[in-house]
Amino acid sequence: MRPKLIERYKASDRINHWFTALCFILLALSGLAFFHPSMFWLTNLLGGGTWARILHPFIGVVMFLSFLGLTVRFWHHNRMTDNDRKWLGQWRDVLNNREDKLPEVGRYNGGQKLLFWVMVLTMLLLLVTGIVIWQPYFAPAFSVTLVRWAVLVHAISAFVLILGIIVHIYAAIWVKGTIGAMTRGYVTRAWARKHHPAWYREVTGEANPR
Amino acid sequence: MALQSLDIQRRSATTTQPPSVRETTKVAKLIDISKCIGCKACQAACMEWNDLRDAVGESQGVYDNPRDLTDQSWTVMRFYEVEPDGKLEWLIRKDGCMHCADPGCLKACPSPGAIVQYANGIVDFKEENCIGCGYCITGCPFNIPRISKKDSKAYKCTLCSDRVAVGLEPACVKTCPTGAIVFGSKDDMKHHAEGRIADLKERGYESAGLYDPEGVGGTHVMYVLQHADQPQLYGLPKEPTISPLVSLWKGVAKPLAMLALGVAAVGSFFHFVKVGPNEVEEEEETKA
Repeated sequence: MRPKLIERYKASDRINHWFTALCFILLALSGLAFFHPSMFWLTNLLGGGTWARILHPFIGVVMFLSFLGLTVRFWHHNRMTDNDRKWLGQWRDVLNNREDKLPEVGRYNGGQKLLFWVMVLTMLLLLVTGIVIWQPYFAPAFSVTLVRWAVLVHAISAFVLILGIIVHIYAAIWVKGTIGAMTRGYVTRAWARKHHPAWYREVTGEANPR
Repeated sequence: MALQSLDIQRRSATTTQPPSVRETTKVAKLIDISKCIGCKACQAACMEWNDLRDAVGESQGVYDNPRDLTDQSWTVMRFYEVEPDGKLEWLIRKDGCMHCADPGCLKACPSPGAIVQYANGIVDFKEENCIGCGYCITGCPFNIPRISKKDSKAYKCTLCSDRVAVGLEPACVKTCPTGAIVFGSKDDMKHHAEGRIADLKERGYESAGLYDPEGVGGTHVMYVLQHADQPQLYGLPKEPTISPLVSLWKGVAKPLAMLALGVAAVGSFFHFVKVGPNEVEEEEETKA
């Protein structure tokens, strides 16, 4: 009998993902706290303003390293193709659940790939600018003009990343059966055939009548 | 509202209006560089009143001592040997916080109440609320705040807010032996400066003038300069403003970014409400 489920993420992929996610949550909340006064109370999650200031950069470095793991695992699945660009151009069909009108999707669709590269770029920017503004260890070594640029770029990168993650989380909720891929590691055959037909063919070797 | 003289008119990382029914006279310190003899009594008085004891440094072969502001040295005399009109002048400027009317440090500070501006115009750091992020340094156009290596908190001149609160002049003013530093209401200090500038002009300093830069809304520490057209001679920025990078970051970007994140989160929810989940039909599931 054919197995009903298809493995999408190994245990180590899932652990790597969720470790990065936990770091991200702590960083996003403490970072927003430093960004806007209405969010300052979130520093309490890390033990108050001073603790948040102390911990944020260390957690940041940990997240970067953890995300590096994800990058190594998944980058070769995320090369953009013309098909992906076409997929992105049809975002109206995407948003309205008209999947049958979209170009055939492989392991990842254009949106997922775009998000992947946005994350790679913002994580790099966040690391570099984060070191420049890191008090009390590194910031004093840089000119104030450089630090001013760094805080601005850090804030913009963080904004883009948080926006991307909001979309990422919502997409996982919206496309049913996705969260299980990252918690238990498996998706159903029908899920794979509907959302990632080319990948379905690749892993099952079966034709895929639509 | 314990001490009327310390009514707060602006508070860092606070978006609502602080208590503002009362108005106090704006104060200012006026430093007349033409009268300064570089004795450093102001530095000593500052240390004494504020109980600060900076580490004894090393001689650098120049008069400047200490070489720079630190968490323990809130004011330092800076000595400049310049030749503006082809003749040597020894300009000595007492450096320290300018107490801007529009303080960049306060604008940049993320911690509620770590930086306040009193109704009298003094900008004060409340170290107990400081988280040590160093954002104030990016906001300051005058390179004033210093983060302590001991406790990672930011320190600077308080304009002796504790003395001013009870009707005394700042310690540096009290001690200045030549009357180069005076203190009073901002209006009175401007008036006093006018007299000094007229006197200097009479003596041949034709570009003598007051340093009260507009770009930061004016300051509550002002200088009488012999060469007001060239403040750079004294190590002062010509047209100081809060850096546009900081204005963008802690200005329009703040509400717009929060709004955009809110729209993304709420918008996602409404997308779900409108088109519903993207799910595999039961029929397909069994077929597969």
